[in-house]
Amino acid sequence: MSDPEETLLRTPLYDLHCELGGRMVPFAGYAMPVQYPAGIMGEHNHCRAAASLFDVSHMGQVRVTGAQAEAALEALMPVDLATLAPGQQRYTFFTNDSAGILDDLMVAREGEGFFLVVNAACKAADFAHLQQGLGKHGQAEMLEDLALLALQGPQAAAVLSRFAPGVDRLKFMGVAEITVEGLRCRVTRSGYTGEDGYEISVAAGEAEALARRLLAESEVMPAGLGARDSLRLEAGLCLYGHDIDETTTPVEAGLTWAIQKRRRSEGGFPGDAVIQTQIAEGAGRKRVGLRTTGRAPVREGAEILNQAGEAVGRVTSGGFGPSVEAPVAMGYLPSELAKPGTEVSARVRNRTVDMEVAKMPFQPHNYFRG
Amino acid sequence: MAKIYFSDEHEWVRVEDDGQAVVGITDYAQQQLGDVVFVELPDEGKDLAKGDEAAVVESVKAASEVYAAVSGTVTEANEALTDTPNLVNESPQGDGWFFKMTLSDESELEALMDEAAYNDFVKGLE
Repeated sequence: MSDPEETLLRTPLYDLHCELGGRMVPFAGYAMPVQYPAGIMGEHNHCRAAASLFDVSHMGQVRVTGAQAEAALEALMPVDLATLAPGQQRYTFFTNDSAGILDDLMVAREGEGFFLVVNAACKAADFAHLQQGLGKHGQAEMLEDLALLALQGPQAAAVLSRFAPGVDRLKFMGVAEITVEGLRCRVTRSGYTGEDGYEISVAAGEAEALARRLLAESEVMPAGLGARDSLRLEAGLCLYGHDIDETTTPVEAGLTWAIQKRRRSEGGFPGDAVIQTQIAEGAGRKRVGLRTTGRAPVREGAEILNQAGEAVGRVTSGGFGPSVEAPVAMGYLPSELAKPGTEVSARVRNRTVDMEVAKMPFQPHNYFRG
Repeated sequence: MAKIYFSDEHEWVRVEDDGQAVVGITDYAQQQLGDVVFVELPDEGKDLAKGDEAAVVESVKAASEVYAAVSGTVTEANEALTDTPNLVNESPQGDGWFFKMTLSDESELEALMDEAAYNDFVKGLE
C-alpha cells in the first residue's frame, strides 16, 4: 500500500507548511494544513484580532479571454458583467438548468478579459463547463503557475501597505496590481473570514518568498483550513458542497443579492425562470442561521425538527464559534420557519438540542468600504 | 498507591486506593483533538460495558467518541467540564478527568498498558 499522501497534490507552500508544523490533511485532492501548532482556536482568534496568512493555492485561478467572452460568461452565471468595472470583482455562481449551484466563484474584469477564482473541488468540472460554454466565443486558461494566499484580519491592510503604500485605500472587492519587495502580485480586497483583508495571487515560484516575508511581520501568523472554516461559518458565508450545491438555488441560499437587477429581469442564464419565479413568489425553503442555548455544537447532517418534533430540515454547517463563544450552525428550513427567533430543535446523537433561528452573520463583517 | 492504566484508544484509568476508577483521555489524545469546546459525560449510575460509548468530546472541528476501556458503573461525572471544557487540554490527566466509576471486572485492567508501554505505543504512532 502506498502512503495516501503520495497521491495528493501539493501547493507551492507545502514545504513551508511542514516547516511551520502544519498538520497536513487531504482536502480536495491536495495535502493542506488543517492547523498549525497554535491550534484552530488560537488561529481563529488571531485572525479576528490581527492578521493571518492562509494558503488557498488549491483554488482554481482561471483567465477568460475573447471578444465575445462577456456574453458567453453571462450565459453561464447570473452576474451583471456589463456594469463590472475594471479593478472590480463580484461574487457569483455557475447555475444549472434547475437553478442549482454548480460552484460559487469570484469574477473580475482583467484587461480585455476576465479573471475567475473557483473552488478547488470543482475546478476541473468548472473548467470543462467554461470551455463548453465559451465555445468559439472565448478561451479559458487554468493558471496552474499561480499560487493564492489570503491575508486576513483587521491589521492586514497595515501589514500589506507597508510593502505597497496605498493598498490600504483599495475598497472591498477592489482589484489592484502591487509589488511586495519586487514580487509582482494581483490583490483583491476580499476573503472568506468576514474580516478585512486581501487575496493575493502570485507566481507559484515566488509564493514561498512572499509568504515568508509576510509571516516575518509581527502581526501575522499562519492559519489553516480549520480556522478558515470556523471564521467563514461565523461570518455566515457558504461553503460549496455543504451549504450550497446543485440542489440548492441562489434564492433558497439567500444569495439573491449577488444577482444584479438587469440579470433578474432579463434572465439569460441557466435556471433563470426558476430564479425569477422564486424571487417573485418566494422560495419554499431558506438557508438560515441557527443558535443553541447550550454548549453542544450541532454539526453538519443533524436533522432539524419543528415544535411537533417532525424533521423539517438539516444542518449544512455547524460547529463551535470561537469569537461568538457558542455553537453556531446554518441549515435549510421551510420558509415559514425561517424567521429569526423561531424555535426549532436538532437531533444530536440520541438527544434533542433546542435551537433558534438566528440572523447571520453571527460575527459582524469587518469589510473596508472606504 | 493509585495505579494508572492506558488504552490503545488514548484513555487513562486510574484505580484509587479505595478501588474507584477515574477515567480521562491522555495528553496525546487532547493534542490530537485540539481545543475542546464541549464534553458530553455519562450520567451517574450508568452501567458501562467495555467498548460502550461513554462520552463525547468535541473540538472546534469535530466530535469524537470516548469508549469505555473497562466495565463498571459511573459514580460521578466531572461537572467542571461543563463550564470549562478546556480543562481537558490544560490538564488531561488531572483536573480534566471525565468520570469516576466502580469496576465490575478488575481483570479487564490486565488488557491495558502501563505508562511505559503506552509511551512506547504513542512513539510508534509518530
